[in-house]
Amino acid sequence: MNLGTRKLLDRSFTALGIGSIVIMAMTLLIVLVPIVSNGFGALVFRGTIEHRKLLYNEFHRGDHEDLQKEIAQSDRYRQHAFAILSNFETELDQMDESRQHEYRGKYKEVKSALQTLLGPLPGEETPALTRFQYGPNRWDKAQEKLQSFLYEKKWDYSNPDEVAKEYFVSRAASFEGTSLVRLFPYVEQNLDKMLLPEWTFYWGFITDSSIDSHIFGGIWPEIQGTIFLAVGAMLFAFPLGVVAAVYFTEYAREGFLTSMLRSANSTLAGVPSIVFGLFGLAFFINTLKVSESKSVLAGSLTLAIMILPTIIRSAEEAILAVPKTYREASLGLGSTKWNTIVTVILPAALPGIITGGVISLGRAAGETAPIIFTAAVSVGSAIGLADIFSSPTPALSWNIYNLASEHEAAAEIRHVQYGMVLSLVTIVLLLNMSAIILRARISKKLKG
Amino acid sequence: MQLSPEASVENQTAKTSVRDIYLPPERKKISGGGVPHVMAKNFSIYYGEFEAVKKVTADILSKYVTAIIGPSGCGKSTFMRSINRMNDLIPNCHTTGALMFDGEDVYGKFTDEVLLRKKIGMVFQKPNPFPKSIFDNVAYGPRLHGIRDRKTLEGIVEKSLRKAALWDEVCDRLERNALSLSGGQQQRMCVARTLAVEPEILLLDEPTSALDPKATAKIEDLIQELRGSYTIMIVTHNMQQASRVSDYTMFFYEGVLVEHAPTAQLFTNPKDRMTEDYITGRFS
Repeated sequence: MNLGTRKLLDRSFTALGIGSIVIMAMTLLIVLVPIVSNGFGALVFRGTIEHRKLLYNEFHRGDHEDLQKEIAQSDRYRQHAFAILSNFETELDQMDESRQHEYRGKYKEVKSALQTLLGPLPGEETPALTRFQYGPNRWDKAQEKLQSFLYEKKWDYSNPDEVAKEYFVSRAASFEGTSLVRLFPYVEQNLDKMLLPEWTFYWGFITDSSIDSHIFGGIWPEIQGTIFLAVGAMLFAFPLGVVAAVYFTEYAREGFLTSMLRSANSTLAGVPSIVFGLFGLAFFINTLKVSESKSVLAGSLTLAIMILPTIIRSAEEAILAVPKTYREASLGLGSTKWNTIVTVILPAALPGIITGGVISLGRAAGETAPIIFTAAVSVGSAIGLADIFSSPTPALSWNIYNLASEHEAAAEIRHVQYGMVLSLVTIVLLLNMSAIILRARISKKLKG
Repeated sequence: MQLSPEASVENQTAKTSVRDIYLPPERKKISGGGVPHVMAKNFSIYYGEFEAVKKVTADILSKYVTAIIGPSGCGKSTFMRSINRMNDLIPNCHTTGALMFDGEDVYGKFTDEVLLRKKIGMVFQKPNPFPKSIFDNVAYGPRLHGIRDRKTLEGIVEKSLRKAALWDEVCDRLERNALSLSGGQQQRMCVARTLAVEPEILLLDEPTSALDPKATAKIEDLIQELRGSYTIMIVTHNMQQASRVSDYTMFFYEGVLVEHAPTAQLFTNPKDRMTEDYITGRFS
């Protein structure tokens, strides 16, 4: 090959490499930017007075007097809207039968739209579900509600060959000529005075329990559950994995059985996680009966089985990477095999072992399938340490799926979904970063 | 006189021969030494089917320095590593014949190889300090054998480092990582680490092959210092080194012990033709 071709090949390979790295970075950016920006939206947003009421009533947070002042302030504007309503109601009573019939249905819709915008209207019973006891917590949600208050959504079925089209009709237009027509411009103009939005940093999103299945409140039960499950899995898998790796590298004689075990281990690493989930249900819960039903313990054990092959593999590689000379030096000084392993080989292999362990920990934190049948519930409060043997727990990975697909109000709680995703990504990222730092520190200590 | 080319070469080397290249130093007799410390009888080592060391019969005398020379792959390292059973680490390695240490069968059924290695210390080709502090390195052996008291350990560490002629260089930085030492210092530290368990025999497996000439000289001086206190065996590729430091020399070729004689005799008046060819550089 002549010099020109060689250089050309070198260059094009470099370009190819840089190109693929750039594509990877772009993909990462495309994935991460919405997660981060929307996820932070769960923590930092323009909170309404309804949010502050909720915080005070449910979590006893915030100053009572300030809140009362604010309520009084917003009520001044709300009273006016309510006055328009009651005016219209008297007007409605005086109308003749046919017009009354025409307006009653529409008026009911307007009232319920106003209720979702401002919270329960005066003179009504307090609703049973928390989600109906408060108006929108977030200003962006309030504006969406305002739209559905001002405009009625209708479907156009005129063309039977096409999918129906949606279109919006102004509600004000349908009340033309009545006193209610004043309500719509009034609410539109004074919504901010009725809801008093202000920038809020809601740190409680991380530390609060959820209220009314994640419509309000935080994700602490999920975070705690994730930590319990991942750490629990680690407690089982890490010692077991390191012992197995020591056996494979130091004690096992090369032979049929060992190579079988080794390839079994590799195969286990490739088994789909849902299979581990079903196995966990069948083995730990139904056969061994470690708990009556789903529990953190059963979930941890299942996750442990899942990450065990990875831990064994990485520990084995770390041990094999320890220079043979260390072993010789130690044995040459009259050390027993066991002593050599404990005092020389394992310390030298520690950075690699820890890295493998923490990466597995991150994987255990993020896996969904193994905990579906063994540990996860969609709604629940944070459990105590004593309950891990008997109680299931919510967990980030499972609840992200659940909130996005099975929740009855999935569209209402996009911010919670994004907040959970961001939390999970952050937890895994922090774990991996701590692994890198720990590894660097230990290697530095070893190198002197 | 007509001479064949081979003959003329032979003649030349004979002229400049061994005597001029290697002049082993005069050596004092060691009192209390000279007792057979390691005895091999028809001792063979196999790697699987391959016989790496063939029916060696030899006595290694106590308190003297014995050098083992020979071309690469001749079994000299294998033979030495079999004395403290380091070859156990190699799968499929087995032995026949007898190897006795202090009248005890090294490969006996009831021999404790851990105890054996405590008595027969070894220094390896490449310096192999543990990634720990100098102190912990030297104290590793004594700690293994149950010494926990800090004062005692400090005493042992100082004594061992002094014996290895390293104390003056490192006494103020014992807590530094041993890997921060230079190669020669590391090797002397490895000697100190071995001495710290108070072995009877010191096996040196090409201890200077990874070192520069200056560090090599220090190790050789060290061997002279230790001569008389320990039975020392040294495998070396460097024949000058063998002639400088040893009292006895063993020459191995293809697994066979060709010649085993006092160094002065082996280098100046080799009995075997093969030995002469090797030490005059006819092959290597």
